[in-house]
Order: sequence, then structure tokens, then C-alpha cells
Amino acid sequence: MTRKSRITLISLSLLILALAAPLLMGQPFYINIGSQVLIAAIFAMSLNILVGYGGMTSIGHAAYLGTSAYVVALLTLQHGFGFYTASLVALGVVVIMAAIFGAIALRGTGITFLMITLALGQTMWGVAFRWSEVTGGDNGLPDIKRPDLFGLNLVEPGLFYGVMIALFVIALVGMWIFTQSGLGLSLQGTRDQPRRMGMLGHHVWLVRWIAFIIAGFWAGVAGIAFIGYHGYIHPLSLGLANSAEVLLMVIAGGAGTLLGPVVGAAIVVVLKMVVSAYVSRWVLLLGCTFVAIVILLPEGVVPGLERLLKAILPAARDDEEASS
Amino acid sequence: MLNRRQFALGIAAVAGASGAIKGAAAQTGPIRVGFLTVNSGALAAGGRQLEEGIKLFLKQRDNKIGGRPVELIIADTAGQPANTRTKAQELIERNNVHVIIGPLAAFEALAINDYIQQVGIPTISDSAAAEDLTQRKLNPWFVRAVSSSAQPAHALADYAAKTLKYKKIAIVADDFAFGHEISAGFQRVFEENGGKVLQKLWSPLNVADYGSYITQIDRSADAVLANFAGANGLRFIKQYNEYGLSGTIPLLGHMTTIDEGILKNMGDEAKGVVSTGWYSAAIDTPANKEFVTACRAEYKADPGYYTLGAYLSGMFLEEAVKKVNGNVEDKTALMKALRNIDLKDTPAGPIKIDEYGNPTMNIYIRKVETVDGRLMNKVIHTYPSVSQFWTYDPKTFLQSPVYAREWAVKG
Repeated sequence: MTRKSRITLISLSLLILALAAPLLMGQPFYINIGSQVLIAAIFAMSLNILVGYGGMTSIGHAAYLGTSAYVVALLTLQHGFGFYTASLVALGVVVIMAAIFGAIALRGTGITFLMITLALGQTMWGVAFRWSEVTGGDNGLPDIKRPDLFGLNLVEPGLFYGVMIALFVIALVGMWIFTQSGLGLSLQGTRDQPRRMGMLGHHVWLVRWIAFIIAGFWAGVAGIAFIGYHGYIHPLSLGLANSAEVLLMVIAGGAGTLLGPVVGAAIVVVLKMVVSAYVSRWVLLLGCTFVAIVILLPEGVVPGLERLLKAILPAARDDEEASS
Repeated sequence: MLNRRQFALGIAAVAGASGAIKGAAAQTGPIRVGFLTVNSGALAAGGRQLEEGIKLFLKQRDNKIGGRPVELIIADTAGQPANTRTKAQELIERNNVHVIIGPLAAFEALAINDYIQQVGIPTISDSAAAEDLTQRKLNPWFVRAVSSSAQPAHALADYAAKTLKYKKIAIVADDFAFGHEISAGFQRVFEENGGKVLQKLWSPLNVADYGSYITQIDRSADAVLANFAGANGLRFIKQYNEYGLSGTIPLLGHMTTIDEGILKNMGDEAKGVVSTGWYSAAIDTPANKEFVTACRAEYKADPGYYTLGAYLSGMFLEEAVKKVNGNVEDKTALMKALRNIDLKDTPAGPIKIDEYGNPTMNIYIRKVETVDGRLMNKVIHTYPSVSQFWTYDPKTFLQSPVYAREWAVKG
């Protein structure tokens, strides 16, 4: 077995163990934390398409999660839609929104791109906060009922977690297929060498725009899971703080890796939700964790650990053959 | 056939009949109280005062309520609704608390409103004032120890129109639900009494400079009503003085604009501000004097909105625990007792819970004066036993939409 496949095997078994962990701990509280980690993971993976594979740092990504959640909330509460029909509409809305916002934001790159995504994100926050006749403003929209699935009542934490695992696996596999696809590869090409990619006949802008829409779509999926879990949406959920938090998840876990955002999401959610019960200065701890990651594993936790693993595992013969 | 609720009631009746024996058997272990507060972020100052209030309450009782020891479990929500839900789940599912006190912000309370109904856990609000929590989004497991947002504003409007004889008022307020609700409540009563609200200026919560809002104020106004929360009142009043308006147009305020929690950081510019609230540290009753003395001894500061909100929540709990003979495990009975709180002698005066879970309590019109070398909200008028519906009929009150930013009087 090659070293690479051994590392893949190790990470896969760790992932399965991590997914089973909340169930083994037995309390609904931990199962709920598990659901929240997975929702955050899908959200972070969607941003990873832009930040990791596209080299485009967006700091307005919560707008897609929030908009999707608001659409589901409004349609189910005020227009009598079922949860699933509302979710489909929400995904449509988010895709159109990403197409428009992408067309605006992709007029720039680097800092310009970042600032435009920030401005667009805050615009959506402003709409949610100010248009209180529709969005409830600062009071948010409460009491969105969790739906049934095939006759199962998802209010039960274990069942909801099961659905989240399924959704997460679909997202993860989808993300893997995307990174191996022609589109995913050319996106990584436009990240590393945009001019060469252009010379080779790739339409750099178009590749980025499509990636932007896909990222928006998956953030929308995370938004549906979010509203399904919380049953409540508030303008804070699509504001800057949430956008910055998901960006931290991606960078801390390792941008441009498949599992990086998942690990980042787990670190942030667990620190925020579990450790805060024991440590009153948990915000400080969160900050220190990020500083430690930046100093010790500057490329992110996942690539950093991979580097360490490579140093520990002896290279097998076929590795050398492969590299020669 | 009995349904489950009737069955539970039946059990409760039998338990009541066999009285002390059953009660004594259930009284094992401490009463676990979950306390949702904010220790980090923008709302942390209020969160700290909440904690001080409940800790003082428990300290005065040697950490015992109704003969049972109390285990206080404090959870930091960071003022984010998504966290609040997780923290509530942690308290209920992991710590098995018998009752929850909190959370701080209205949107946090709304975020867990469905959850506390779903699991059926008695919840005492020590701060969240959103009107609909005791009006249009009723929750049988919820009771509030503080007033609804507009409850004191109705009284201030009455006072401004009838006693102060103001005709024209300009409103400056925080641009969020709390600011909208108190401003609309004031406007309704003020305009029904012949007054006119000239303008409503909304400033964002985190605005750095009130100058541009102060210069917009219509100078023909008889008075300016400032409706702020947190430290915004402190900054607004300072700037209002700097712009030279303090001497020319009198300033009215909501309870939180000039709360004791920030009054200690103010100077002469605050003198003369007339405000409304369900409490003042200057209330001249033995119960309040004792409370203020204890608070000053413990924290070297006068108690305000949050401190007393948490303290009253403790008093509610104590009263209810006594009524159920310490058997807090019977959540239905505990909640029933909480919804029927009738306290004659609290630091804020008599308090009676109405059928919607909101206290009917005195509303005090206060004026900032120097007392004993420090600024205090001296009580200049008391409206006794004010309901959240003011003098309106609850049924008709609830038919109109909740107070909002663009709220306007119909007809």
C-alpha cells in the first residue's frame, strides 16, 4: 500500500470515528453538537470552493446561508409552503442571487473581490434587519417547524443527526467529484496561473463565476439544514461575524483540502458550544487556538497533520517508484 | 379516558393530599437553576449585572431556596441566538436543570421559545422585554420578571401629555425592536391624549457619533424622548449636552436610557432628565432600601434594570418553590405557581403576574437628581399596578399588530 493511500485510509477511519462519536457519548446534547458541526462543515466546504480551490477570499458568504434560511422561514410561516417545497425555492433563489452577486464581485480580484463580497453580504444583513415587516427585523423569525422525513419525526436528535450525516456525505462526495472534474481542475488552474490558463484557452472569468454559483448553492443547502435545526433565523446569522467565522474555519482547517473545512468547523463549533461550558474566557481560548494553528501549522490543521504523518510513516517501496 | 395532562393533574392532586410526606420524599438533591447570560461580546456589561443580581439573591439566602440547596449553572450565550439554543439544550439535557432564568436579549428568548415549549421547562425571563413573548407568541412555560418593552412608555406618555403638558415631542431611538416597541407605545398614548410626535429618528445600535441625529432634531419640540439601551444613553446624553440642547429642550428617556448601571458614569449633564421605568434605586420603601444597601455593600454600585431583573427572578422562583413545597421536580405545578406569582413587597413594589405571564407592576416616573452625593433617579410620580396593555382591553390590544418601526395610529 502506498503512503498516500495509507494516509487516506487513516483519515477516512478518523472521519467515521468522529461521525460516530456523538452517538457513542449517548446524550442528546452531544448528538445536537454533532448536527451543528456537520451543518457548519457543509457551510465551510462551500466557502472552500472559493477560498481554497479558487483563491478568492470571500467575506460575505453567510449571506447565502442566511438568505436560504430566510426564504424557507418566510415561505413556510407566511405562505403555507411545505418545508421541502420551500427548500427547493430557497435553493433557486440562492443560485440566482449567487449568479448576480458573482457577476458583480468577480469584476475584481484579491482585496477588491473581498471588499465587494463584504459589501454585498452586509447589504443582505441590512435588508434582513431593516425590512422588519417581512423579516421580523431584530426579533427574527421564530417557530419554523422541523419537517418529517418518510414519516419519521426529525425532532428526535438522533434521526436529525442521521439526516445530517447523509447530507454531509453527499456534500463531501460531491465536493470530491468537483475537485477531480475538469471544472474543478481548471478552477485550481485559474487560482495558480490565471494568465496561463487564459492563454491555454480557458475562460477564466466564466470558470470563477460557475464556481461562485456552486459555492452559493452549497451554502444554501447549509442554510436549509441550519433553519431545520434551529427553527429560528436572525439577521446576525447572515452578518459579517458569521461570514468571518466560516472563513476562519476554512483557513484553520486547511484551505484547498477536502477535509480541512470539516476539521475547522469541528474545532470552532466544539470550542464555542462545548468548551465554553467549562472555560469562561472561551473567546480568548478560541483566539489562542487560531494563533497556535498559524504558528505551528501555518498551512492549516489538515495539511499540517498530513505533513507530520508523512514524516512519521516510513516511505514504502512503491512510493519511490511512483516518484521516480 | 384520561388524557396525559388530566392524569398528571390527578397525580398532582393525590400528591397534594398526601402533602408533606410526598414533598419530603422528593426533596433530595439541590434545585438546579440554569442561568442564561452573556459574558462575551457587546451585551456583556448587562450580562455581568444579571449575574450579580442572582448571586446576591442566593448569597442572602445561604444558597438555599425553600429549604433546598441551589446549584446555579451559568451559561454564556455570547448574545448569539444560535448559541442560545445550544446553551439551553446543554442546561436542560446535560445538566437536567429544573428551571431556566434568562436569556438576556429579546431575540435570544424568541430563538428558544419553541424549544422550551417542546421540552416543557419553566422559564423566568430576567431581562428580555419583547412585547410578543407575553402577547402574540404566548408560551405557557414562560413568565417575565421585568416589564414588557412599552409598559413603562405608555405611562411616560400619559405623564408627558397630562402633567408636563407637552404637545410636541421628537423621538430619537435605537434602531432595533426594543427601540421600535417603546417608541410606538409612547406615540400611541401620547397622540391619543392630544400630543403630536413630530419625528422619529432612528440611530443604528453601534453608531459612534450622535451629532448628525441631534442636529436633525426639530427645535420646535417641547421635549425630546431618547429611547436607548446599553451604553448608548450615556453617549447620547453627553453629546446632547455638548450641542447645547440640555438647557433648551428638556430630555425624556426610557428606563434603560438612564439606567443605574450607566448613571454612575454620568455627570451633571444627566441632571433633570425625566424617565420612566418599573424600578428606581431611589424608591423609598424599606424593602428597596434594604436591597440597595446590600447591593452597594456587595458591588459598590446602585442596582438597575439587570441587577433587579435577575434578583426578582430569584424571588419568583423562591415564591413558587415554597408553593410547591420544594417539589421542583413537578414542573407543571412549578410553572403554575410561577404564572400565579403575587408578591406584595419587592424592591420594585407589588408585582402580580397577569394571565399572559407578564407582571402588572408600578411604573415610576423618575427625575435625575443628586442624592447623598451621587446621581439618582428620584421618583416624582408613581403609576400603581400598570398592565402591559395600559388601559386598553387586552382583546382589542392584541388584535392590532405588534409595535413596530413604522407604527402609526389608525383613524
